[in-house]
Amino acid sequence: LALKLNVLKRGQLAALSIAAVVIIVGVPLWWRTTETYRAWLPVNQINELANLQLQLSADVEVVFARGTVTPEQQKKVPLTQTQDEEHTVDEDTALRYRYETKYRTATIMEEDALNQPTAAEADLSLHTLSESPCGSLVVYVIPESSTLLPEDVDVYIGQRRTALLRIGAQMRVGRTLEQLLAHLEPRIKQVLQVMSFSHTDITAALSDRVRLSPGNKESIADSMRAFKSSPGYEITFSLLNPDPKSHRVHWDIEGAVQTYIQPLLTKLAPLANFSIDSQTLYYAMLGVNPRYDSSRSAYTLNSDSLAHVINPVEARLGSNAASSNPVLNFLLYVPDAHHSPLHIHDHKKQEVLSNAFHSPRWGGIMVYNVNGFYGPEAVFPVDININMAKVMGVFLAQLRLLLGVQSSAPPPGFLVAPCSSTGLADWELDRLMWSRTVENVATATTTITSLAQLLDQIGNIVINDNIAQQVSSAVTSLQLAVAELEAGNLGFALQYSKEAILASERAFFDPSLLHLLYFPDDQKFAIYIPLFLPMCVPILLSLLKIVSEARQKRRERQAKKD
Amino acid sequence: MAAHRCSNCAALLILCSLSVFIVVDSQETTLNGGHHATTVHNPQTTTGTAEQTAEPAVEERRWEATAVEEATPDDDDDAAASDKQDTSAPETVDPSSVPQPKDDFQEELVIRPLHSGDIYASFQFRTVWETDFMRGNKVSHYRLFPKSLGQVISKFSVRELHISFTQGYWRTMQWGQPFQPSPPGAELWVWFQDSVTDVDGTWKELTNVLSGIFCASLNFIDSTNTVQPSASFKPLGIGNETDHRFLRYATLPREIVCTENLTPWKKLLPCGSKAGLAVLLKSEKLFHSSFHSQAVHIRPVCQDWQCKTTSWELRQTLNVVFDLHNSAQGKREWSLFKMFSRTLTEACPLASSSKIYIDITDNPQGEQFEVSPATPLLSQAVVLGDRRTFSVYDLTQQITFGTVRSLNLLIRWKSSEGDMLRPLLHAERYVAGYGLQTGEIHTLMYNNHPYRSFPVLLLDSVPWYLRLYIHTLTVTSKGKDNKPSYIHYQPSKDRLRPHLLEMLVQLPPNSVTEVTVQFERALLKWTEYTPDPNHGFYVGSSVISSLVPSIVAMDTNSTRERPLFSSFFPCKEESSYFVRVYTEPLLVNLPTPDFSMPYNVICLTCTVVAVGYGSLYNLLTRSFQIEEPSPGLAKRIANIIRKMRGVPPL
Repeated sequence: LALKLNVLKRGQLAALSIAAVVIIVGVPLWWRTTETYRAWLPVNQINELANLQLQLSADVEVVFARGTVTPEQQKKVPLTQTQDEEHTVDEDTALRYRYETKYRTATIMEEDALNQPTAAEADLSLHTLSESPCGSLVVYVIPESSTLLPEDVDVYIGQRRTALLRIGAQMRVGRTLEQLLAHLEPRIKQVLQVMSFSHTDITAALSDRVRLSPGNKESIADSMRAFKSSPGYEITFSLLNPDPKSHRVHWDIEGAVQTYIQPLLTKLAPLANFSIDSQTLYYAMLGVNPRYDSSRSAYTLNSDSLAHVINPVEARLGSNAASSNPVLNFLLYVPDAHHSPLHIHDHKKQEVLSNAFHSPRWGGIMVYNVNGFYGPEAVFPVDININMAKVMGVFLAQLRLLLGVQSSAPPPGFLVAPCSSTGLADWELDRLMWSRTVENVATATTTITSLAQLLDQIGNIVINDNIAQQVSSAVTSLQLAVAELEAGNLGFALQYSKEAILASERAFFDPSLLHLLYFPDDQKFAIYIPLFLPMCVPILLSLLKIVSEARQKRRERQAKKD
Repeated sequence: MAAHRCSNCAALLILCSLSVFIVVDSQETTLNGGHHATTVHNPQTTTGTAEQTAEPAVEERRWEATAVEEATPDDDDDAAASDKQDTSAPETVDPSSVPQPKDDFQEELVIRPLHSGDIYASFQFRTVWETDFMRGNKVSHYRLFPKSLGQVISKFSVRELHISFTQGYWRTMQWGQPFQPSPPGAELWVWFQDSVTDVDGTWKELTNVLSGIFCASLNFIDSTNTVQPSASFKPLGIGNETDHRFLRYATLPREIVCTENLTPWKKLLPCGSKAGLAVLLKSEKLFHSSFHSQAVHIRPVCQDWQCKTTSWELRQTLNVVFDLHNSAQGKREWSLFKMFSRTLTEACPLASSSKIYIDITDNPQGEQFEVSPATPLLSQAVVLGDRRTFSVYDLTQQITFGTVRSLNLLIRWKSSEGDMLRPLLHAERYVAGYGLQTGEIHTLMYNNHPYRSFPVLLLDSVPWYLRLYIHTLTVTSKGKDNKPSYIHYQPSKDRLRPHLLEMLVQLPPNSVTEVTVQFERALLKWTEYTPDPNHGFYVGSSVISSLVPSIVAMDTNSTRERPLFSSFFPCKEESSYFVRVYTEPLLVNLPTPDFSMPYNVICLTCTVVAVGYGSLYNLLTRSFQIEEPSPGLAKRIANIIRKMRGVPPL
């Protein structure tokens, strides 16, 4: 019996040790060899970014010109003042605007500049005195009696980052400093909203992150017109000549681009890279047949049919083979001799005088009638030189709209200086930079958080080191961008936000993320079962047997004790 | 900015689409006498009321009229003079101010009745553009040259690009030499500029972009089918850079060519398929043919004899051979309309020359066939070492189209006699051997010249899964060993690069030279098989390049005005001409597993393992003891009966 017990004991030990080997060696080995490689991702930081607290800081310098404050008030002027304004956009996004206002009185040179005869000249000479950094503003408070501004104008917004603000009539003399500052404060805020950012702009820029309640149609149209922020844009000018047999059209696009477009793009260089090209397409037809209007003896295109004009042309425009940036198309259409002149009609059946229209986030089209330049007895083909000044005026206006350089109408009493040869004032650039930075940050955070979510949900995806590296660099850039926005360094913030968006897109669209996506679990187990089932069943059975025997033994022992 | 005297603007236009008012006005000011104009932006508020009548729902893409003001110079008036038209029109027709275009377009169609009774039609479209893509020059304004290809050249610093898509195999023995040879499937070879540092990376990107442009599977070109030939592919344009580090050559013999490749190819033409010779290119007819090949060649060429100015040449060629016996029900008659289901009515208005050539060399007195309408224009050209005579139809002349305003060329055969000059050089290739383990590639090169021997360069690019035994390489002509004077061999690396074999072989006169090499078929990984592995695996054509002795003196001046078909390969000496011959692609069967096997094998091995493991387990864990022998059957039955009777068992 002892021998029998001994043998039984040995069998149990063997079963236990085999089970132990399977559990200690086999299972980890199987686990290691079949696991997918997943590099470490900064999940905590990503989760922090999912809850975005943006703070925008703008520096404003308020300069009191002579005659606005009395000498004793001057001494009491506070040096700096900070104002905070908080908005909660939705549960994950909060905005805070901080305006840091510095007060000082004008220097002698600035006084001289302010004594110039016109506001434009004053603006220019003030600019030469000091250059304010990107994203900051200088507001000059000038006395009510100043002749710089016309009668009904209170605020003059210059081409640079300066504004002239006329003190109201009721603030003439004898008022306390507090009253003066209280009087100025709302108006300075108005200036800020025109020249740097307004809440509507910023929330519109957040549209990637926050689903906005649909406002009125006008604001939707506004927000949909401009291109999305992108690190680069391709601008393509196409001359469409459907009738090369009658018209031999020449355009000096090279010179026109140099003269009209390039200054604007140079100015916009911090925002994005632009590349320009042009092409001529022959036999390119519009998608609709224009209707002949006998009362005007001209062909007309209705605004309803404009949507169908592009499709056949677009097939021939060709995408840019060399880059994946969005393309802005500008088409100049010269109608064929049998369909000239061609006019575009708006909703009110009125001729559109520019004979041009644009399509949001796509580009613009201009119809250029040439039938007036030759008589009925002309010998075809006729050589035609296009007046590029006229064409580029239209395209430039469309380009500004499509890039989002669009100023909402200034409040009453504001006079905005006509912009210089570059086609863009400094503060307009600032405005664009504010909203683009916020937009980039919003897009990059959404991309990164949805990537993290996706990777979290689908465990089969391999995460390579390069993707982890891209994600980390995107997160770092995002944090830096947010910090720079807080510190008020607009230029750096934009730079970092661009880097963030690039890195996040590269990580998100990396082809390696697709690899094992469609490798379902049931197939895996179909392969494992022929091996695992026969191996595991005896082990489990003998383990069960050992357990039940041990239990029985204990019961017997208890019974014996009793 | 005080220098700019900004005159204030003129008109205010209100345009609305849906309810959006956008008012942007731009002004232009001119400097004193200068041409430099600037635009001035001046937003104004609109006073109109937004009309909200019957608004359509906001569509995804909405069209808005652009409101732009146009101001004439020296107009200081700020009133709403809305209907101001630009009257100082510089658009007036002024021939002297029209710039001389720097680009030129030519189109040409050559028709050659073949001795087999087929018709060979070869289209060529050439765009020459005097510009500089070299050395990082940014070219961005295109006129006749297609923008998509121009961008590719400048982005990837391409110096020369040759791409061809071919369906069918050119039968040299029946049809003679083609004007532009091409192998079946897709072929791409590119010379990069020497400023490119990462050639392989650029090549990979380039193939992907081209695959998008031509809707072809060029993205399957990777390191396993790319080679760098050392001698066979020299640049066809100017430049004596011959460092083959910058050359990449790849073929995809499996590529099927069809309409989706033709459409983007036609889109590159300035006139598209709307005018000129390209109206004949209807895909339903073109692909109903024995042979179809379309190609794009880009290279820098000289403008003049001294090569002072260079320009870029884009040649688009399309060669097609129609099988007439099939389509004409045995009637030996042929016309443009029958072949292309279109007739010609005009030349492309952008083309400086637009011509049709019909090869009538073998038909000097019209005894073989008759061409109508007859043309008085005859032209002679030296092409492929032979002086040929052509009837010429100039489409830029109105008289060509006659009174019906349409040109429908007609050829009617009278007799089917006459024999063709045998082509001096041709080649064929096949796989020999049996079984799925080894095999032998035979390449036969025929020199049909009666008394001249000439050297040929043979290029073979064999995929890695055929493991060439290079020690078995033999070259024999006329039963004797023929030692190649130059051999360049690059062995393959599994899954990385193919074999590359280049040889310079002298072909004796009137002989057949046979090159044989044995190979072993590799066993692929199961994911490396194509979806239809039993079809076999293609091995690209061998390329044979040679300078063949010419019967007549060749024209070595590459800049002289010549028909396009005779000026493709540059000619360096008068006594010989360049020929490239492609052999058939090979279709090789590789050992193919039963693809349901892996699972069966897994199951079987698992079961074997499980059985072994189970018995071992039993041995280790069970305890064995002697049991009392069980009682016999009789005893058991007796016991059962006793139980029934209630008697205790035995």
